[in-house]
Amino acid sequence: MSATGAPLGHDRVVIAHGGGGELMGRLIREHLVPPLRNERLAGLADGAVMSWPGGDLVLTTDSYVVTPLEFPGGDIGRLAVAGTVNDLAVMGATPIALSLALILEEGLPLDLLDRIIKSVATTAHEAGVEVVTGDTKVIERRTTPALSVKGEQPGAAAPQEGLFVNTAGVGRRRPGVRLDLRRVEPGDVILVNGGIAEHGLAVMSVRSGIEFESVLRSDVVPLNGLIAAVLDSGADVKFMRDATRGGIAGVLADISEGCARTVEVHEARVPLSRTARHAAEMLGLDPLTVANEGKCVFVVAEKDAARVLGACHAHALGADAAAIGRVVDRSPPLVELVTRVGGRRVVQRPYGEELPRIC
Amino acid sequence: MILPVQEMARELRDLCHARRERIQLMEVCGTHTVAVFRHGLRAMLPEAVRLVSGPGCPVCVTAQRHIDAAIELAAREGVILATYGDMMRVPGRLGSLERLRAQGAQVRVVNSARSALELARANRDHPVVFLGVGFETTAPATAATVLEAAREKIGNFSVLMCHKLVVPAMRALLSAGDVPLDGFLAPGHVSVIIGAGAYRPIVEQHHRPVVVAGFEPEQIMRGLVSLVRQVIEGRADLDNVYSRVVSDEGNRVALELLDRVFVAADTPWRELGVIPQSGLELAPAYRQFDALRRFDIVLGEDEDHPLCRCGEVITGKAEPRECPAFAGQCTPLSPIGPCMVSSEGTCAAWYKYGRGGEGPATHRSEEPA
Repeated sequence: MSATGAPLGHDRVVIAHGGGGELMGRLIREHLVPPLRNERLAGLADGAVMSWPGGDLVLTTDSYVVTPLEFPGGDIGRLAVAGTVNDLAVMGATPIALSLALILEEGLPLDLLDRIIKSVATTAHEAGVEVVTGDTKVIERRTTPALSVKGEQPGAAAPQEGLFVNTAGVGRRRPGVRLDLRRVEPGDVILVNGGIAEHGLAVMSVRSGIEFESVLRSDVVPLNGLIAAVLDSGADVKFMRDATRGGIAGVLADISEGCARTVEVHEARVPLSRTARHAAEMLGLDPLTVANEGKCVFVVAEKDAARVLGACHAHALGADAAAIGRVVDRSPPLVELVTRVGGRRVVQRPYGEELPRIC
Repeated sequence: MILPVQEMARELRDLCHARRERIQLMEVCGTHTVAVFRHGLRAMLPEAVRLVSGPGCPVCVTAQRHIDAAIELAAREGVILATYGDMMRVPGRLGSLERLRAQGAQVRVVNSARSALELARANRDHPVVFLGVGFETTAPATAATVLEAAREKIGNFSVLMCHKLVVPAMRALLSAGDVPLDGFLAPGHVSVIIGAGAYRPIVEQHHRPVVVAGFEPEQIMRGLVSLVRQVIEGRADLDNVYSRVVSDEGNRVALELLDRVFVAADTPWRELGVIPQSGLELAPAYRQFDALRRFDIVLGEDEDHPLCRCGEVITGKAEPRECPAFAGQCTPLSPIGPCMVSSEGTCAAWYKYGRGGEGPATHRSEEPA
């Protein structure tokens, strides 16, 4: 092995390519999309819409590689079901069925596998959807166990208990839903259904071995019920997206770029639990950029904001929902944060993996 | 409703009302830099007050020769290099640790010196080198870990010592005198260890006010009000608005630990060069844990990228927007200098929170052509 190579730029995949930020966007735009180019792929949405007799179908897929496999509030199985169900739901689709593909690493304890598959079943039941097909592969262990150690950071090494999960989902698009960022205009209100940053912080605090005053739990949950309730309220939802990797900062940037307007968000109105805030401070992370697995950002016309908020508040997964900001008529398009103390700053899409700080 | 920080911002504006000359204050530490941006405080400061960043971001002040040594170590057969995450992407002459890891090197991100020692325990057949970076905040943990390694005779553990001391760098800046500095906002966490009293020489010998503050926006604003008031009144006192946490004498246990395991040494800093007695080296009794000795590595020279002005940024001589590479060739995606890499780095903070220089230019600069 040698340390030589071009001094700057990337000629190999680095871990930050998987961080859901700008670096990943580039990887997708420059290396994946061009050879596959087609009309339905072009939008790079959470799922693809396909015309189908009796109503449009939505198809989506997602792979899950979280370490550790079990964390407070969930596990990789729950994540794999909820993540794909949520991708369908934010496309305005009612989930019909899921597939489940497993890549198991030699040495994976079977009782751990049993717990995770049980969790898949429970979560699917919760979402009202069935796993109807699947695939299983086993691969050789990638590193010797001696090279793994507790307390390591993301991407440091292969976990001792290797399991990768892919789920794909198909759903039927609800009639009358018109999700389109081009319809967003100044005055529209941005809402989120509850406390942010909980999934990312829960996983990171387990990895780092830091304990907080009360247990941080992942918010991983299927959102299709909540989203159905919001759409049933009759509100004109112009856009919605679940704020996973990249946090709500990533979704806010999507909104601002997609409608070419400034989005103004008030920090004091963004739901954030005391524990999550404390944890983010300890880890040196901006909660806006930390992953969620049970939070959806909605953009609605001002006249409908109260209706969406009401629908959220009446649902168990939206008790802490809040209107956090609005689209304003200012250019150039930016995401601006009015801070808790009355200052102002820009929020940018995180560019890769958020690294824990060192001092 | 007027929030407390807004109230203090008003006080600052009132204080500076008739002020013609600029008041240039240095926030020494990267954590302050980031906090100022994160809370949107820059937008609240009066025009006369200019905040410049100092040499307090551990990643940014690490000399390139140390980065190169880390890369050379990590590239050696069998070596596991354990580092804090921030160092992963700092470019050296031969790429970065991140890049080396993608090529198959054993580079591990750890949260503490102790995790590095755990790695050494778990991998007795591999030499484990901990990249010891940081100021007096992280140095005591490195010291404690070296003691533990010595006690348990963990022979495959060593440290690449890059630890630095805050006060000598502040004094070097003042002695060089190339940047007008009217006062210092001193970092809360380092001060917990060294004590507010450690800044007394700056007040007494260099006649500049120093205010120790925590990282909450209220603390920072209170610190700035104290500094500006002192400058306007022509005073230079040591003030501690964080006395709830920071004592005058510091943390005696941690300081004794540093004394026992390390000795002060002349150390190279980025841009500042070698500053006398500004860094830490292993004391003779613990030199067997010195990675440079163990692997027989000689530190090279620093050859910073010709466009990079990080050195001027961390010494308050330039703002990121004055660097020709900022937000163009140098972005968090492909950083040229450490100030754009570190989460505590001034350029990264300007890029992330400050629209890259009070203008919106950087927001879309990452879009593909």
